[in-house]
Amino acid sequence: MNPFSSGTRLRDMIRAIRACKTAAEERAVVRKECAAIRAAISENDQDYRHRNLAKLMFIHMLGYPTHFGQMECLKLIASAGFPEKRIGYLGLMLLLDERQEVLMLVTNSLKQDLNHSNQYIVGLALCALGNICSAEMARDLAPEVERLLQTRDPNIRKKAALCSIRIIRKVPDLAENFMGPAASLLKEKHHGVLIAGVQLCTDLCKASTDALEYLRKNCTEGLVRILRDVSNSPYAPEYDIAGITDPFLHIRALRLMRMLGQGDADSSEYMNDILAQVATKTESNKNAGNAILYECVETIMGIEATSGLRVLAINILGRFLSNRDNNIRYVALNMLMKAVTVDFQAVQRHRTTILECVKDSDASIRKRALELVFLLVNDNNVKSLTKELIDYLEVSDQDFKGDLTAKICSIVEKFSQEKLWYIDQMFKVLSLAGNYVKDDVWHALIVMISNAPDLQGYSVRSLYKAFQTSNEQESLVRVTVWCIGEYGEMLVNNVGVLEMEEPMTVTESDAVDVVEVALKRHSSDIKTRAMSLVALLKISSRFPPTSERIREIVMQHKENVELELQQRSIEFNSIIQRHQNIKSSLVERMPVLDESTYIGKRVGSSQATLPADKSSRPTSGSPGASLKLPNGVAKPPPAPLVDLLDLSSDDVPAPTSSATDFLHDLLGGDLMSPSSSGGAGTDILMDLLSIGSPSAPTDVSIRNTISSNQGNAGEPKTAPASVMDLLDGLPSNSSLPGDKNPIYPSITAFESSTLKVTFSFTKQPGKPQNTMIQATFTNLSSNTYTDFIFQAAVPKFIQLRLDPASSSTLPASGNGTITQMLSVTNSQHGQKALAMRLRIVYKVNDQDKMEQGQINNFPPGL
Amino acid sequence: MIRFILLQNRQGKTRLAKYYVPLEDSEKHKVEYEVHRLVVNRDPKFTNFVEFRTHKIIYRRYAGLFFSMCVDITDNELAYLECIHLFVEILDHFFSNVCELDLVFNFHKVYLILDEFILAGELQETSKKAIIERMGSWKSKNENWIKRRLESILELLLVYTVPVQFWSWLHHHCT
Repeated sequence: MNPFSSGTRLRDMIRAIRACKTAAEERAVVRKECAAIRAAISENDQDYRHRNLAKLMFIHMLGYPTHFGQMECLKLIASAGFPEKRIGYLGLMLLLDERQEVLMLVTNSLKQDLNHSNQYIVGLALCALGNICSAEMARDLAPEVERLLQTRDPNIRKKAALCSIRIIRKVPDLAENFMGPAASLLKEKHHGVLIAGVQLCTDLCKASTDALEYLRKNCTEGLVRILRDVSNSPYAPEYDIAGITDPFLHIRALRLMRMLGQGDADSSEYMNDILAQVATKTESNKNAGNAILYECVETIMGIEATSGLRVLAINILGRFLSNRDNNIRYVALNMLMKAVTVDFQAVQRHRTTILECVKDSDASIRKRALELVFLLVNDNNVKSLTKELIDYLEVSDQDFKGDLTAKICSIVEKFSQEKLWYIDQMFKVLSLAGNYVKDDVWHALIVMISNAPDLQGYSVRSLYKAFQTSNEQESLVRVTVWCIGEYGEMLVNNVGVLEMEEPMTVTESDAVDVVEVALKRHSSDIKTRAMSLVALLKISSRFPPTSERIREIVMQHKENVELELQQRSIEFNSIIQRHQNIKSSLVERMPVLDESTYIGKRVGSSQATLPADKSSRPTSGSPGASLKLPNGVAKPPPAPLVDLLDLSSDDVPAPTSSATDFLHDLLGGDLMSPSSSGGAGTDILMDLLSIGSPSAPTDVSIRNTISSNQGNAGEPKTAPASVMDLLDGLPSNSSLPGDKNPIYPSITAFESSTLKVTFSFTKQPGKPQNTMIQATFTNLSSNTYTDFIFQAAVPKFIQLRLDPASSSTLPASGNGTITQMLSVTNSQHGQKALAMRLRIVYKVNDQDKMEQGQINNFPPGL
Repeated sequence: MIRFILLQNRQGKTRLAKYYVPLEDSEKHKVEYEVHRLVVNRDPKFTNFVEFRTHKIIYRRYAGLFFSMCVDITDNELAYLECIHLFVEILDHFFSNVCELDLVFNFHKVYLILDEFILAGELQETSKKAIIERMGSWKSKNENWIKRRLESILELLLVYTVPVQFWSWLHHHCT
């Protein structure tokens, strides 16, 4: 075989690949090279094996498959020379990882190399082991690594220490074996060994609490000494970075101190001095110094440090915050988030600086700062913070508005103490960033407005004004349209003007204009348009003079491609045109939306968009606990009766809509089952009962209404029992036929000259088919009956269950009775009456007797 | 702990990829693509830290090359930034004014340097001098080996080939 035929040199191959102009050319070159390498592999070529593997590594880096070269790595590792081994190990780390089974084959070679006399080869093996070892290899080779931790060569020791870290991460059980050697590594002078040793100790602390205790006892002193030495050391050119000797060792040592000092007052006490020294003496004009300060602050926060030290730490963070370098400000924000739990007030002092960071141009900083601001909000500063954030909303980046809006909304909802403020802030957000407001947020706003009768006039007027200036924000348009539909007359008649309001005159046609604009906006989606149509219908009844104009607007959509809009348009048109007499009652104002129900739903359906503390609120299903609603309004828990109605009260307006889409509930209600406002309009139940007739409701209409809500209209008999119970609780209808527990008279079921059987009946409420019968047997003769057995037979449509009798002996002359319970289920209750045959067997003076008969005189209704 | 180290140019070509956690090849390519997308468009004034899945990327740009390290979320960002710089200084020393082509043609050496600098996802040696010296001793070791091989070949030549030619040449000239 000609050794010169096995392809090009590595350098030439790289050049050839780089010269390729297209991906296809590159693939062709790689394919050719791979073919040559495969051929060489199958010929078991020795001389160029390491060159071929180097080529394969390059090809692998380009992203081509190279699995066929894996065995070559193993062969190279098994060969004797250093260069072959080196390329072999490199290939092993690059082409394989711990999951491949091929790796198991290398364990033996690794073991040999770990025991090799050449320190470079031992180094190679340790390096490979540290980077790719699996749990099995870790177990197999841990003793070798442990031994190498104690060799003289520092290069081997540091590698062995890092290798041990990998072993412990893979098999935490082995941690105990490494405690002793790790502790002795901290007595070294060589920085490489020290840094690896400190890191090994840190990982040991993570892996086992025993190791943590051991190291706390044995290493705290040594660790403090290491940090003191390195921070006091004179200029050392080898380790110097920006005037600081080995900042990396500083940082590792500080980190281990945090592990050891956490929750341990004694060792924390021991560290105080050196931490104070590092925190005050470290230069903070270069990145390296700041890295140390940052780690130092984190350690001070983590251990049981003195309060003076903590103040020092917070002050360093304050300095960081005002630094011009973005990286420094980023870590400061990061750190302050952790510090909030330690010292809330101290962080609070930096509020203004943090607010500035929210307005930074760097997204990483903005995101951190916004999260921090959210943590800092409390009842005292909520107003000023919200104002700042809303002001910034106006000028912020488009892609940041989403996050910012969500945070503002949740702050406003969480901390608002008065409804007016809440409404004001929400209107501002809606007009600045209405396109980013989530649906559930503006749904909640509508629920809020509907619950604040004295602010409805103000709301609709403010929205009207806001709409004039910014009608491009989708959710602002929706809320405006809804409010004009509901409270349009308050807009025109200036109802409930607050003191601070400027007087304004809006005509009826102005109000129609707004809705028309909303309907015809290009950017309006179906939902907005559908809402606009409903609002128009409502206005047409409030302002009769505009009725004709509205009909024309509505009719423009009669051929709309969207079925929903088309249907609404045509149906509303016929309502406006032909049903004048019922229109006003048809489009009455929405009943007040139940806040507690809505919040309960929101908590259930959209946990993510709400701050965590809301989930702790009791849902409406738990009576007795008072609900804390937003806006500081404490509302008594809903009465159990309303609770029962819960399901229907939400769905009454639109039995067909899905329960999650609140808006559809609102809209559908106007279209499909209009309700007349009963009395004060606060009691949903009252509304429900008075549907269709303003007069006092009759029993029948209640039953029909409710059963139709359950989807069973026309079948009042099968209305579920829960509805019955519900009505039972109402004072106005105490006597429904199916609801009573009538008393059935007892009957004498059987009577002969010697024996009498009487039946008495009871029924469980709600189960008309079931009857419990108590049979009482009386002996009319002068002989005692023994072995008394009662048997009964019933037709097929009845099920019978006999309970055991109270006795089997019946005393003579009526001196006692036997009772026995029968449970009867009549599956054709109401159609067929009960019927029963009975047979009684007993002994008189050891003589068998039998009596039988048929019972036809059951009371009707069983 | 460092999860992986990537060295990519502005076009997204990976010049070095070292993973300290096992990943499928397809996953590695995805990660490399995503990291490149994340870092390449950031303003130089911005922070050198980007959140990436459940970890964070610390990156730094040197001319057309991005050095990115993926580290745990609790790690000290500033320290790893310094770490990247130290690595670049070592490369710069070793190749004396390193450029992208050095890294392409000597990729295996870059891996060897990295293995002396970081092991098992942790920092191994903080002295530039120590690492350069170690690489130097490897180089000389390598050269020694080549020298030894050459010597052995020469020896063979001397024993078998050269003498024949030498004697014939001598014979030719003497006669």
